[in-house]
Amino acid sequence: MPKIRVMPTLLFKDVGLVKGVAFDSWRRVGSAMQAVKVYNMREVDELVYLDITATSDGRPPDFETVDDLADECFMPLTVGGGVRTVEHVRRLLKVGADKVAINSAAVEQPALIREIADRFGSQCVVVSIDARRRADGTYESYTHAGRRAVGKDPAALAKDAEAMGAGEVLLTSIDRDGTLQGYDVELTRLVSDAVSIPVIASGGAGTYAHMAEVLREGRASAVAAASMYHFTEQTPLAAKQYLRAAGFSVRL
Amino acid sequence: MGNLDSVARAIEECGGRPVVTDRAAEIESATHIVLPGVGAFGDGIRNLRARGLDEILREHAVVGGIPFLGICLGMQLLGTRGYEGGVTEGLGWIEGEVRRLEPAGEDQRIPHIGWNEVAFTRASPLFAGVDTGHDFYFVHSYHLVCHDKEDVVAVTPYCGGFVSAIARGRILGVQFHPEKSQRLGFQVLRNFLAL
Repeated sequence: MPKIRVMPTLLFKDVGLVKGVAFDSWRRVGSAMQAVKVYNMREVDELVYLDITATSDGRPPDFETVDDLADECFMPLTVGGGVRTVEHVRRLLKVGADKVAINSAAVEQPALIREIADRFGSQCVVVSIDARRRADGTYESYTHAGRRAVGKDPAALAKDAEAMGAGEVLLTSIDRDGTLQGYDVELTRLVSDAVSIPVIASGGAGTYAHMAEVLREGRASAVAAASMYHFTEQTPLAAKQYLRAAGFSVRL
Repeated sequence: MGNLDSVARAIEECGGRPVVTDRAAEIESATHIVLPGVGAFGDGIRNLRARGLDEILREHAVVGGIPFLGICLGMQLLGTRGYEGGVTEGLGWIEGEVRRLEPAGEDQRIPHIGWNEVAFTRASPLFAGVDTGHDFYFVHSYHLVCHDKEDVVAVTPYCGGFVSAIARGRILGVQFHPEKSQRLGFQVLRNFLAL
């Protein structure tokens, strides 16, 4: 089995890295280049870089910034935000992204997933799904950085994306995002059970135990986190040491 | 064809002077050839053929003996035939077929994404200074099934085990991404550049 992956997430907004709570209240947390260099030195498993306002602002991905970051990034890099065409994907891969995450475009034009998969292979298409729990306990999917409801539950959306050729799901709980209160394990389990492609759990990590919980109970293949690295003393390396001690197969 | 920049940057970091090209003259004057590749097999081989690169690479790598490294899809393209995006003839330098990974148990998810072990089946200069069983980064759904066991240098325990590195003379291939595998990946690239 591949090792479970512990992945820092970098959220980019305007000119710097930010971190918010429930997709709101963004705080500036530093420069992307500095973060990439640190994570590269620490040999993290993989890095996720999301430009969270590109779609809402009607911008394409910032290829130059990604190019600069990728030049210092000798670890796997997933890039998302504003990806709407096959040409966007081609350029992101060319400047050094290994995988490309699509969120709004995956919902609005699912055929794009198929086009990207046919051209570049499924392995580089990550469908990013943002979800929120409804009052009745079911889930709703969102696009446009959590502002537009899709009218479809995340498990169904993930299943459709897989059928179109998506290679991975980046699943974020909007409710838990930035709260440090733990992943939405139930949400993760629903989606992991619905598909046979890997699922990256995101949103809510506050402790290493939260990671163990979503890997075991949620059947996630990887755990993404941002706030817990930005605002606490915890690190990806210590997370993996904890997870190894808890019986998981990790790369150390 | 995908991740050219990453591979070029990593080679630079390893002391090489990479030239990204599809021109015969530049390939002719190279001391080493790397064929990277993120993409689907059918599309990849059509791109090579459309530029006449299949013949140019054969002339220099197979006939001329310039050290050649195929990475990920670049390794798969060396096979006889691929099944991704229709059935397509490969370069045919290594006898074998490129087939989809088949899960060998529950929770074996495809694509195979992440860090996994590379276990050597025989010694290769490509892995000088690297111990067997270390983790390298993979991101793929297809794998090369080699007909001749002699071509296999390393295997990885997933989906019943698949070939993760090959060598026939100075024609080498790795299914993982050395350019994204940090310290050990760079060691593999440096070993290649030293050939």
